Amino acid sequence: MTVNSDGLSAQQIAQAVAGGKLSALDATEAALARIAKYDSVLNSFTDITADRARAKARAVDAAIAAGQKVGPLAGVSFAVKNLFDVKGLATRAGSKINRDLAPSPRDATLIERMEAAGAVLVGALNMGEYAYDFTGENVHDGPSRNPHDPTRMTGGSSGGSGSTVGGALVPIALGSDTNGSIRVPSSFCGVFGLKPTYGRLSRARSFPFVASLDHLGPLARNVGDLALAYDAMQGPDADDAACTTRPVEPVAPLLAKGVDGLRVAVAGGYFQKNVFPEAIEAMARIAKALNATRTVEIPEAARARAAAYVITTTEGASLHLDRLRQRPNDFDPAVRDRLIAGAMVPAPLVDRAQKFRRWYRARVLELFQSVDVIIAPATPCIAPKLGQVTFTLDGVELPVRANIGIHTQPISFIGLPVVAVPVPLEPMPIGVQIIAAPWREDIALRVAHALERMGAAAAPAPRGLS
Amino acid sequence: MAADPLDDYIDAVAKALALPVEEAWRPAVRANLEVSLRLARLVDEFPLPDETEPASVYTA
Repeated sequence: MTVNSDGLSAQQIAQAVAGGKLSALDATEAALARIAKYDSVLNSFTDITADRARAKARAVDAAIAAGQKVGPLAGVSFAVKNLFDVKGLATRAGSKINRDLAPSPRDATLIERMEAAGAVLVGALNMGEYAYDFTGENVHDGPSRNPHDPTRMTGGSSGGSGSTVGGALVPIALGSDTNGSIRVPSSFCGVFGLKPTYGRLSRARSFPFVASLDHLGPLARNVGDLALAYDAMQGPDADDAACTTRPVEPVAPLLAKGVDGLRVAVAGGYFQKNVFPEAIEAMARIAKALNATRTVEIPEAARARAAAYVITTTEGASLHLDRLRQRPNDFDPAVRDRLIAGAMVPAPLVDRAQKFRRWYRARVLELFQSVDVIIAPATPCIAPKLGQVTFTLDGVELPVRANIGIHTQPISFIGLPVVAVPVPLEPMPIGVQIIAAPWREDIALRVAHALERMGAAAAPAPRGLS
Repeated sequence: MAADPLDDYIDAVAKALALPVEEAWRPAVRANLEVSLRLARLVDEFPLPDETEPASVYTA
């Protein structure tokens, strides 16, 4: 057992474990040691499941010793946003209120599938309260911190997921994305994030936010690991009413197909407004690498973002109505006041937003008859400073929180699959969205893989940890 | 007497839904509601055919 697992990808760890060069227990102890050493800076974990992790790792090692076949993630440590049910933990979803829930009797489906592939859960991760957040700040648990500059935001709401993968504490984390909550922290923390097609991955036994828009997905430091985790988690699940009945469609074997023959376009109009120079630079680099010279206009994107906002605030309010009545002072006041306002939006306006969603979906799907991939900024800027309330763009002062997700919301609104790829700018990375047609995660991941091989996209080593 | 017409609406809906809105929260609730209604109007003013189906049961 001579292999040091620090810095290894999930694929490398799994190969070393399966090949007897590294024990799953040693790999797990190394992850726990990294967490113990660095999480006092990052504040990415809210729960560390060390005993469970060691037991699982020993079981993987025992299976290998017995000559049994182990899965493609054997011995790979992973962690989950704390809205996933973890057996034995109350699913806090970033809140104070949910800490009073009974411990979960069973893991979320996606945790079960990751562990069935040999992965080892090491803990649960910090997040914005009830996922109604783009900053990664949390009034109850403190902010998760950016691994490249701990004075900056991680982005949210999957802030701990971005932080811990960006900090290389674990190779894979799971998050959720309703309006951008995987793609925003991926951008700010400089990692790859996959928001699959709406309905692709089961949400069973995770705490919801907006049923119409909620997605779950992985974050990782390279595309191969992202695909490995995604493949392990695919498949129908009767426990999630929105989960597809499509069979598993593995993407890992397709990554090396490259981008030849794929038609790539840059999102114009709305997606080229309200962006800082770093987002323009990142888009230019990715467009050049993909030889994307065509621009397409996603129709009515501003209205799509508005409709996503309306559906989010009203469905979120509906979800939390009883908690707002009974425990209003136990919410983050900013979340509470948004949710109360959401409860007051008249119903016909919500219905119109859902009707507009179907209209918009049809128009955008027409675009995919002539393009395979659309690229767009993941965030308008690099990670703002923690606590920063406004930023100034073209001489205009704008609220940070309301503008972080302007480029992600019109895409998740109709459930399109997206890989957020990190562009390693100095001093801070920033992400670009690789957007494909519904159910074509394979195309988005192939493009991301090609960008990684060209060096245009990469997860930088954490600069804020020493 | 309410200072803003939206305050009357907030009072009425809060009562109908049995939602507490303390005075200290009111400015933030009003500000959020103004944003929500402004964005909802953007959707509302977009003409759609009467036959348009909502996407509340959604398949990508």
